[in-house]
Amino acid sequence: MTLSEIESVTGEQGNFTVTVRRRPRYVDPDKCIACGECARKCPKKTADEYNQGISRRKAIYVQYPQAVPLKYQIDPATCIKLTRGKCGACEKICPAGAIRFDDTETRVTVRVGSLVLAPGFQSFDPSGIRTWGYGMLPNVVTAMELERYLSASGPTEGHLVRPSDGREVKKVAFLQCVGSRDLNKCSHGYCSSVCCMYALKQATMALDHVPGLDASIFFMDMRTAGKDFERYYNRARDLGIHFHRCRVHSLEPARNDGSVYFRYITDQGKQVKDEFDLVVLSVGLEVPESARDLAKSTGMALNGDGFAAVSSFAPVASSVPGIYLCGAFSGPKDIPHSVMEASAAAAAAAQPLAEVRNSLAKTVTYPEEREVCGEPPRIGVFICHCGSNIAGVIDVKAVAEYARGLPGVVQVERSLFTCSQDTQEHFREIIREQRLNRVVVAACTPRTHEALFKETLKASGLNEYLFEMANIRNQGSWVHAGQPAAATAKARDLVRMAVAKAGLLQPLPPVTVRVNPNALVIGGGVAGLTAALGLAEQGFPVHLVERACQLGGNALHLYRTWKQEAILPFVEKLVARVKDHPLITVHVKTEVVEAEGYVGNFRSTIERSGTRTQIDHGAAVLAVGGQAHKPAEYAYGKSRQVFTALEFDKLHLVGDERIKHGKTFVFIQCVGSRNEERPYCSRVCCTHSIQAAIALKEEQPDRNVYILYRDIRTYGLREALYRQARELGVVFINYELHQKPEVQPGPHQLEVTVWDHVLHRPLAIDADVVVLATAIVPNNDADRLARIYKVPVDADGFLQEAHAKLRPVDFASDGLFLAGLAHYPKPIEETITQAQAATARAVTVLARRRISLDAIKAVVDPERCDGCALCLDVCPYHAISLEQVEAGSERRRVRVNAAKCKGCGVCQATCPKDGVSVGGFTLRQLSAQVKAALAC
Amino acid sequence: MMEFEPKILAFNCNWCSYAAADLAGTSRMQYPADLRIIRVMCSGMVHPDLVMEAFSRGADGVMVMG
Repeated sequence: MTLSEIESVTGEQGNFTVTVRRRPRYVDPDKCIACGECARKCPKKTADEYNQGISRRKAIYVQYPQAVPLKYQIDPATCIKLTRGKCGACEKICPAGAIRFDDTETRVTVRVGSLVLAPGFQSFDPSGIRTWGYGMLPNVVTAMELERYLSASGPTEGHLVRPSDGREVKKVAFLQCVGSRDLNKCSHGYCSSVCCMYALKQATMALDHVPGLDASIFFMDMRTAGKDFERYYNRARDLGIHFHRCRVHSLEPARNDGSVYFRYITDQGKQVKDEFDLVVLSVGLEVPESARDLAKSTGMALNGDGFAAVSSFAPVASSVPGIYLCGAFSGPKDIPHSVMEASAAAAAAAQPLAEVRNSLAKTVTYPEEREVCGEPPRIGVFICHCGSNIAGVIDVKAVAEYARGLPGVVQVERSLFTCSQDTQEHFREIIREQRLNRVVVAACTPRTHEALFKETLKASGLNEYLFEMANIRNQGSWVHAGQPAAATAKARDLVRMAVAKAGLLQPLPPVTVRVNPNALVIGGGVAGLTAALGLAEQGFPVHLVERACQLGGNALHLYRTWKQEAILPFVEKLVARVKDHPLITVHVKTEVVEAEGYVGNFRSTIERSGTRTQIDHGAAVLAVGGQAHKPAEYAYGKSRQVFTALEFDKLHLVGDERIKHGKTFVFIQCVGSRNEERPYCSRVCCTHSIQAAIALKEEQPDRNVYILYRDIRTYGLREALYRQARELGVVFINYELHQKPEVQPGPHQLEVTVWDHVLHRPLAIDADVVVLATAIVPNNDADRLARIYKVPVDADGFLQEAHAKLRPVDFASDGLFLAGLAHYPKPIEETITQAQAATARAVTVLARRRISLDAIKAVVDPERCDGCALCLDVCPYHAISLEQVEAGSERRRVRVNAAKCKGCGVCQATCPKDGVSVGGFTLRQLSAQVKAALAC
Repeated sequence: MMEFEPKILAFNCNWCSYAAADLAGTSRMQYPADLRIIRVMCSGMVHPDLVMEAFSRGADGVMVMG
């Protein structure tokens, strides 16, 4: 349901009634073929919101080329017909008859058991705040605008030019924290979390676009706290991007040529005036009014910044039972975190509905497949006009005539829209009447329409793989619009190539694998416990394996979340629920020692005090955690007054004398993080130290508390803690990696020396206690386990997900998932989110009895394969193994595990004997296409 | 003199360069009509023999894009 908004929500968990208001599209999405003729003819132009108003669009439009569904819509506010009753040009030109000027607003009522709200964010609008000059100085743009300038499909086709005069930008400045961390100008006290990274990305990309570009980033703290983000920051510095730690006060026009200047303070404390072609405002994130309205209509609670209020222990649950949320609605966050929350919300929303899973699902049935083996090819060729999209350029009739003469072709049909419902029915009749056993469609692209045509083949009793497409629109008429003769010749060639391949196509049997509904969760910390409980609550039996003698993991040593929620009671309750759950079998003091199998069918061997047991399971969650780095610096281990953060928490809690009577405390950040050995940020330490500092100050306001830091990374709403600490008088001193603080144990106190960046001289602090914010490092078991399950670890030793942004809890191997510190350092609420996400992802496997896999797989030719095993090493999915032809025989050959094979065909390209080939893309079939392409 | 019209054969990966060729169409980018694209599921499946065969049958250029 696009163009739709929630109007009201009534009812309760398990039984909501939602009224949705659907605004008219004025285009019938079932008929629109997105050919774009309407937009070309439309005479009315307006500002293109997607391009941030930099370019103009028509009144009939698609918002952007990747829009889903790719269907046009009419903007009723600008359309001449809808506003003044005249025009109607689109209706006249539309070849599909899709325009519906009489379309009206409708209301749809849906009944659902759970709701997930993901209304997103809007970027901060800096208009009207004079000091930033936005809207007054033409060469001051927002990051969202720059994004469009840098895009190859944007209004300037990726050329970085000044809006004022179109001149190439030679010198650019990025100003961070515009609309974030600023109570003065915009009442947004929070950090927007994503702007540091996007500024780095934009500066890096801009450098690619304009070689020799002078790019500077003006920031307060560089917050690259995500996985691999610190490396990205380091790379940006290596590329020559300049970084200035200061907040720019105001922008001024430099001369009359559009340049902008401002003054800033350098690291040396000097005031400098500098001039730029372009200034980019790194605008923050805020809650849109519509999201607040949505919250109001559902009755859910918001926090002081207008974001949805959530508990750290239930990070995707709103205050209303049955309503869940994900993304920036509950606080600013980046893509990986939002994607994790999306899966987590799916798990949370599905949990109360687990009992009724599939109760509303329908199954499609197909006629029995006709046996075509042994029949000579009887090929039908269907050529599409696509209205005038193809026929307007290509002589479709001539192509059809030509196709009739090709070997094996018994039937050629032309139609205005091959994809339309009535043509598909006609298609089925022809297949039956003519007893066709191969089908070629010359039309658009298989990437969008192959699935539709394959359905028609299945409905006609033909194996869906007896099908080939000739792409004569996207790769024909559309790209050779001015060369009708050449485009027609190319279409003939493409049809000839498709027919040549079609003649050699063989039916491919469907590949399905049985799924074992049991799950294995490795690691009994908060991530493992949450995943195990989530899976069990959804009805799947779980084996939970923990190496230590008790459950709880690192969380047993944690005191409070940043929102002051007590962690221990939560963990104890979680452990109790896991232990009591009838579907969970807990194995403590146990390790996984071996594993084999594939999605739906794994067999892992676990060992407890020398005794081995096999567990069969359909999916596994690897949540083996991380551990605190033990430092060998800052007098740690030499002085009884130097602690790690975890040690400090424990001692503080039990009222240790050293802390109770301590007057001066120094926290040192980044101990073992963000250095050469570990070029990553441990994400949680800034927040933790500040929280501890606040507690110390609140206990005794006359205490001196210092935090020696490199960048304070209280991302998102945590920024409130940083502000509170400063208000309480905690002293923050910035240090650089090349000038680290020093700690000298004295007779009673420790002497901490640090270079003060304001005074520009060393500062000596006599401290009673020094607390080291030590790095989080991967568990030493992660690497061993990764080898057992053949999953990768990254350069820092953390488990490597399938895709950093889009698949943050999946491994590249199906059926294996990850969560928690084993993936990267993170606070408890993010661990819980990730574990819930892993639950949702694992359920997508476990909830099915059988999984159908794409039938395009490597197949071994037993006659040709001589067992040289060259393909074994190159297979990226470890899907190939070597086996004896028969027991006792010397002869060997390879075997492909169809469940693991993804049909990439690297084996096929490697095999010197043509002994392994991918169905639908065999060497013979591809060779036939090559021959046909070059036949005349 | 007739203008030289090369025959160029391309093997495009379904997931990236084939999609890019489709997008070129959606964006109405214009290019010479001498190119014939063969869709593969991964550029890694293109056997060297196929490239050699293309040249031996008169292709003036072969592109493997992935």
